[in-house]
Amino acid sequence: MPTKYAYYPGCSLHSTGSEYDVSFRAVCKKVGIDIEEIKGWVCCGTSPAHCSSKLLSLALPYETLCLVEKMGLSDVVAPCASCFSRLRTAIYEANEDPELAKQISEALDRPLPQSMNVLSPLEIFYEKKGLADAVTKKLPGLKVACYYGCLLTRPSKIMQFDESEYPMAMDELFRSMGITTLDWSCKTDCCGGSLSMTRTDVVLKLTNAILEEAKAVGANAIAVACPLCHVNLDTRQEEIEQEYGVKYGLPIFYFTELMALAMGIPSDELGLKKHFVGTNELLSAICEA
Amino acid sequence: MESVQIITSGSKLAEAVMAESGQNVNLCFQCGKCAAGCPLSYAMDYKPAQLIHAIRLGMDDLVFKSTTMWLCATCETCTTRCPQEVDVAKVMDAVKIIAVRQGVKPTIPQIAKFYRAVLANVKMCGRMYEMGMIVDYKMRTFEFFKDMKLGMKMFRKNKLKLVPSFTGAMRTWKIFNRVKKIEKRNLST
Ligand code: SF4
Ligand code: SF4
Repeated sequence: MPTKYAYYPGCSLHSTGSEYDVSFRAVCKKVGIDIEEIKGWVCCGTSPAHCSSKLLSLALPYETLCLVEKMGLSDVVAPCASCFSRLRTAIYEANEDPELAKQISEALDRPLPQSMNVLSPLEIFYEKKGLADAVTKKLPGLKVACYYGCLLTRPSKIMQFDESEYPMAMDELFRSMGITTLDWSCKTDCCGGSLSMTRTDVVLKLTNAILEEAKAVGANAIAVACPLCHVNLDTRQEEIEQEYGVKYGLPIFYFTELMALAMGIPSDELGLKKHFVGTNELLSAICEA
Repeated sequence: MESVQIITSGSKLAEAVMAESGQNVNLCFQCGKCAAGCPLSYAMDYKPAQLIHAIRLGMDDLVFKSTTMWLCATCETCTTRCPQEVDVAKVMDAVKIIAVRQGVKPTIPQIAKFYRAVLANVKMCGRMYEMGMIVDYKMRTFEFFKDMKLGMKMFRKNKLKLVPSFTGAMRTWKIFNRVKKIEKRNLST
């Protein structure tokens, strides 16, 4: 395991998904994983970039990777699934096509860093030994549906993350910490992602199917690893309920929030108040000192 | 030694897609897996497999008038499942890029406007400044009241920043401009 990771929060973890940032940092501190935020990082460009210009969509992630090299590091942790996917894709494409790599380097006006390694926090925690020892709080009534979404595992050739249709990394991580996770069929279904603002109807339909299935298998919480999934499932949940005439009231957690809770980090230090679907009721019902 | 045959169909559009994305749609044998797994299939006028076929046949008009590529959410299901290793999601990107380059009007204008609002924002601010991006998007689409309540609640919950950070703004500005120059050069050669 590397001694230190360059931390790329990306735009969402500085704004709409700040709870993810807070809980990720808290867990790292608790289990002794050294992270340092990349100074001067820029946006990865996310979907609008690759939908508009291939070169731009690869140059933006590389701009940040150049800063990582300057820090003297080569292991980058990117909690946002979209950033994670864009960074890994940039490295993959540059390695596959030397001519393209040359153009990226020209766009940045500097040489590209070699042998960069981009990781999701799931991969880091999964590999970390002794996580179970950090668990101080049992969460016996909690039944979690782990929702991986699209970009952690797909496309499998590039992402090389777990099994692309039915991943288990988050499930196994939770189970090793004594948290119950459920088998269900929507693990890698799409929430509609960035169509949230433009075609909200699509997002409501897709997220409704996900919430319905989670409820049907008996989950009382969903865990996510992507700020966009969180917006679509949590922030829009009331709208989904209105649209489809149902009531879910299903709290959506970043997986790091649940890890932090199990490690005894107080909930008011985790920014849970920022969630749209309240978590108090569930947490007071399941927490056992 | 195994002989490598490059399959072509004489479609100019297929060649343009190849040049843009490195993807050869002529490898497609119409198994339909991409269409079956696509979460947006239900909303598209032509399913992904149909669009791929239309590109093969050089049916430019049908392709550019279709909503398919604009509705693609880049979930990468098609790409991961295609037995012929056609990166369908990349083809979707390529078709959008080619359409915009040729001055074709996007069939779902608000999605094209969303992309432009996001990119203008990243170019100017270095990092996404959500509040600015949302205002810009609303100015482009005139959908002033949509999601208003949601936005207010996000703001109250401190999920949206009031001021942009501008970290890296100079650098992203330059990157955007250099990319434009390189792309222009690539197209003229
Ligand atoms: S999955 Fe691949 S081979 Fe099958 S129809 Fe789609 S593009 Fe063609
Ligand atoms: S990447 Fe686009 S076309 Fe492919 S399955 Fe997902 S939404 Fe459909």
